[in-house]
Order: sequence, then structure tokens, then C-alpha cells
Amino acid sequence: MSATVVRKIVIAGLGCVLAGFAGADFYRGRHRPEPLVISPSVAEVKKLSQYFAPLRGTANDENIYILEGKKPGGTFLVMGGSHPEEPAGRLAAWILAENGDMEAGRVFVVPSSSRSGTTVTRPSGAYPSDYTIPTAWGGQTFRMGDRWANPLDQWPDPEVYIHYPSRQQLAYMDVRNLNRAWPGRSNGTLTEKTTYALIRLINEEKVDVVIDLHEAELQYPVISTIVTHPKDMSLAAMTSMILTDEEFKMGMEKSPAELRGLSHREIGDHTNALPLLFESPEPFLDATRGRTDAKLLLEGKDEFVVRAGKRGLLFEKIDEKGWPIDVRVGRHTSAILQTLSVWTQDHPDKPVILKNIPKYAEVIAKGTGAFLRDPAKAGPKELVFE
Amino acid sequence: MIITIFYYLLVAFVVFLAGWNLVKSRKWQEEVLYVIVLLPFVLRLLRLK
Repeated sequence: MSATVVRKIVIAGLGCVLAGFAGADFYRGRHRPEPLVISPSVAEVKKLSQYFAPLRGTANDENIYILEGKKPGGTFLVMGGSHPEEPAGRLAAWILAENGDMEAGRVFVVPSSSRSGTTVTRPSGAYPSDYTIPTAWGGQTFRMGDRWANPLDQWPDPEVYIHYPSRQQLAYMDVRNLNRAWPGRSNGTLTEKTTYALIRLINEEKVDVVIDLHEAELQYPVISTIVTHPKDMSLAAMTSMILTDEEFKMGMEKSPAELRGLSHREIGDHTNALPLLFESPEPFLDATRGRTDAKLLLEGKDEFVVRAGKRGLLFEKIDEKGWPIDVRVGRHTSAILQTLSVWTQDHPDKPVILKNIPKYAEVIAKGTGAFLRDPAKAGPKELVFE
Repeated sequence: MIITIFYYLLVAFVVFLAGWNLVKSRKWQEEVLYVIVLLPFVLRLLRLK
């Protein structure tokens, strides 16, 4: 065997080793099991394909946890993970599904709305493949996820994404963005079929209010706020006023009619439900961030984002304390509880009363991990995997 | 679905071309380059990323 052949074999072998390490990491990230211990108030765990059969067996055949009270009332849908790289939304939904004690009404909880997006990280983004929330029993690890669905589930992207049915032209990669694909269509892409199925859920279950949980970079003007559809802004207005007065600053904005495909616009236009979208601050998403690792994701501290703030480039305050995950999760749980409270006051004939969910101060004091249940102590009927 | 299959065939073709160039190349620098170029295509073809 000549020296040239040996050299080629060695170089190709090194390539195989690199591909092996990278591939194993990507495979683990895509298939990492995420246990969820359901609350006793969860009357049923459905699959999204029960509302639209073609989703069966796909990455987006996600779990729907139905918290049902003993007394009848209104119906809420809470969606986490529309953008899985915004983990506070997923974690808040997780806390609801694991701890929620329903007294009246129903709350449908979807922790992984874009489940496909939870199985991938941003190519070339050097994202961590997962993150761990510390708990008294050792910690729970979650898939990192990305803003967009996994290209392994939906590929290729078009040159330009043309939103259905408005035909508005959007960025090509947003064809995999769940929050640009509402109201969806039955014969569309996986992402469009997912929003189509969620619209069917909203209509069939007569959902009154949809809450879509998100996080935003501090350089984005829509932050620390509730975005709502103009058909009824009173629920969001009252919630934001009470939260700002009693717990933390929370704004309110009207969904712009010109921006299509978003939950706060299309759910309001295409169903009887009122959509609300909550945004909390996540420095991990800022373009001027430093090292993109799990520490930044969970602690929300970044000296470069702080510098941007000192130069007046941000739409939300930040200091050396950052925006830790407990603060962001607490904002979401408190905002959900306050929305339910205002709704119940305004609709005494359709109350939605949810207990045993920690508010902002409690999540900060005890940590998010205090409200995650140990899967090792769960019975087989209590354990579900996301 | 048909377009997706077509794209996987395109990826396989690029893997074949880069692999062929790797075999035919006489410079070690080019061989390293071809291996680096191959990585994302191989990972997509194996449905790992």
C-alpha cells in the first residue's frame, strides 16, 4: 500500500471519527427522553393526532395534558415550546401539567407545541444540546431545541415562505416556524399541519382563551409584554395592570393586522378563542451575546448584553444580575394565574380556577426545580414522556 | 415528499463527488478540505443533523 493511500485512509478515518462524535451528540439530543409526572388533576393525556389523524407518528404528534376541575367552567389552552429555544415557556407549562390542581373549568397544556423543534439546535449556532434544571432529587435535563422545526422532519425550505392563506411573503426559514404558520392547512407542511390540528383542538374543545408562552431577546421591542388580538383587549389590559401594580412590569400590545401567521393574530381571526402571547426577557437570544452555553441560558447573565444596555440599545433593562430562568418562569406562571383570575372575575358563569401553581416570588425563592416532580417516584400511570 | 427525496438524492450525489475528489486528489490539504466539506452532507444523509 502506497504512502498516498495510507494518508487518504488516515484523513478519511479522522473525518469518520469527527462525524461519529458529532452524529452521536446530535442523535442523543434528538432522542433524549423528557419525563413528565402528571398532576392528579390531569383527567386525560391526548395526542394532537386525535384532532388531526395525519399527524400520527410524526415528530409533532405532541402530548396534550387536560387539567379538569370538578366544577364546570371555561376552557384555556396553554402552549409552551412554540419556540423551544425559549425554555421559560416550556418549563412554565411543565409546572402546570405536573402540579396544577383544577377546581373549576379546564386547562389544556401543551409543553412542546413545536415538538420537532425541541429535537434540534441551530446549525452553526454552537448551542448546548440540553440544559439541566437543578432539583432536590438531582436535576432534570431538557432538550435545548431551536426556534424552527427540525429539518429532518421538514426539508427543504423554499426560497421565500409564502404564508397561507394571506400569501404574505416571509423569510424562507420561517416555513418551519410554528408561530408563523397559523392557522395552518390540512395539506401543508408538517408545521402547517400542526397549527391546523391545534386550530381544530381550539374549535372542537370550545377553547375560550389561548396563552402562547414565549421569550424574547432584549434587542427586540416586543418584550415583557402581553400581545393580544384586538377583538377583546380587556383581559390582557387588566392582567397587565394588576401584574405591573403587584408583581413586575408587564406591558400590553395589540396584534398588528399586517403581520401574518402569528398565534395572537390568526387564532383571533380564525376561531372564537381569544389569543394572548406572553414574552419574557431571554439574553441568550441577543445577537450581541458572548458564549452561547447552558449557563447563559439558565442564568441570563452576559457582559456584552449589559454593555449594549448601557449604550441604550435594548428595550428591557439588564444589569449584572441578568435574567435568571427562575425569574422568567415565575413571570409566566404569575401571568397565567393572573389571566385566569381576571377571566373568572369577568365570567363568573365560566370560571377557570387553578391552584397549587407557584407565583413569581415563590418560583424565585424556591427555584424552578422545586416544582418539577421526581420521575423515579412516579407510578407507571403518572409518567409521560415528551 | 417527492422534493424531499430529490434533495436527499442531491446530497448523496454531492457526497459521491466530494468522495471521488478525495480519492483522486494528490495534495493532503485538499484531502482534508474534502473531508471537512463532506461532514455536514454525510450527517444529513444519515439523518443525524
